[in-house]
Amino acid sequence: MLHTVNKSPFESSSLKTCLSLAKRDSDVLLIEDGVYGALSGSAHTSWVAEVLGDVRVYALEPDLKARGLSKDKLIPGIEAVSYDGFVELACVNDKIQNWL
Amino acid sequence: MKFSVMVNEGPYTHQAADSAYQFISAALAAGHEIFRVFFYHDGVNNGTRLTTPPQDDRHIVNRWGELATQHDLDLVVCVAAAQRRGIVDPDEAKRNGKDSDNIAPGFRISGLGQLIEAGIESDRLLVFGD
Amino acid sequence: MSQAKKFMYINRHAPCGTAYAVEGLEVVLIGAAFEQDVCMAFIGDGVFQLKQDQDTADTGMKNFSPAYRALGDYEVNRLYVERESLQERGLTEEDLMPLTWEDEDDDWAEKSSIHVVERAQLSDLIEEQDIILNF
Repeated sequence: MLHTVNKSPFESSSLKTCLSLAKRDSDVLLIEDGVYGALSGSAHTSWVAEVLGDVRVYALEPDLKARGLSKDKLIPGIEAVSYDGFVELACVNDKIQNWL
Repeated sequence: MKFSVMVNEGPYTHQAADSAYQFISAALAAGHEIFRVFFYHDGVNNGTRLTTPPQDDRHIVNRWGELATQHDLDLVVCVAAAQRRGIVDPDEAKRNGKDSDNIAPGFRISGLGQLIEAGIESDRLLVFGD
Repeated sequence: MSQAKKFMYINRHAPCGTAYAVEGLEVVLIGAAFEQDVCMAFIGDGVFQLKQDQDTADTGMKNFSPAYRALGDYEVNRLYVERESLQERGLTEEDLMPLTWEDEDDDWAEKSSIHVVERAQLSDLIEEQDIILNF
């Protein structure tokens, strides 16, 4: 399943809820303010990094750039993808859950 | 792949309408089909033709209309949510005694059944919201 | 019609503060006419939507909590409530509206529509769905 999360973990529990319910081997794409969940060195980094063995986490690159976040600021293991990558993720996963 | 997209927030206040537009554009460029774009909650506000955003900023409403024309998209505004928020087409204006309508070109007003149908008929349904 | 799809409507917003709960319920009730396999989940503040004794009179807003009682008549009779979300909010199942449905395959016996489930079980239920909408 592809999960998308559009909220910052500093603002909302959406990312935590998503990761607590996502099955092993899911894809999780952070979009909009959700990309703040991909930052290294933040109060949320350690628990986000912990799940990287179970799920694949991506951050939408246009949303990172828009917020002045460079790829080297991401938690190692989180991949930046374009909208083309977003579409691809939506194709390869049979189901989609957009956490709002 | 046949996609449908649901947009739950209005233009400008949330990024939802922008994210939806960018996703749909990328999907179309990759050769996929968009079965329907369904606007619900405050998303119906994407369908008013009366917006005047600053000239140096994107015109979200017109952008939808242009995309719809270019790709023959079905942009549907939910009638119940639209009634609550004052998005009106000529038929709705007549039916509800309003002195004008404001629906933007490219949009049509219809029921929630169109959303369910989109879910049934599409391979994937994505939701952009708050 | 091709095989029915499994729709799950996940409710994470409290009632009243936003319109997501009430407009989400409208989608469920309209969607029920399409003979798909429909269930609802209540997670986080969404569990408050099912709280008994909601009285909106002094807010000037419409009280739509009685509308949940119609779900059983529309054959939406699987309302999954996350146990951890209830506990975090100091609620038990007894605090929730007694929502029921009548099982015609069991001599119209009245049964509870509410199923309190652990997070792990909810995760399994989500994975089974074809279409998931968040309200």
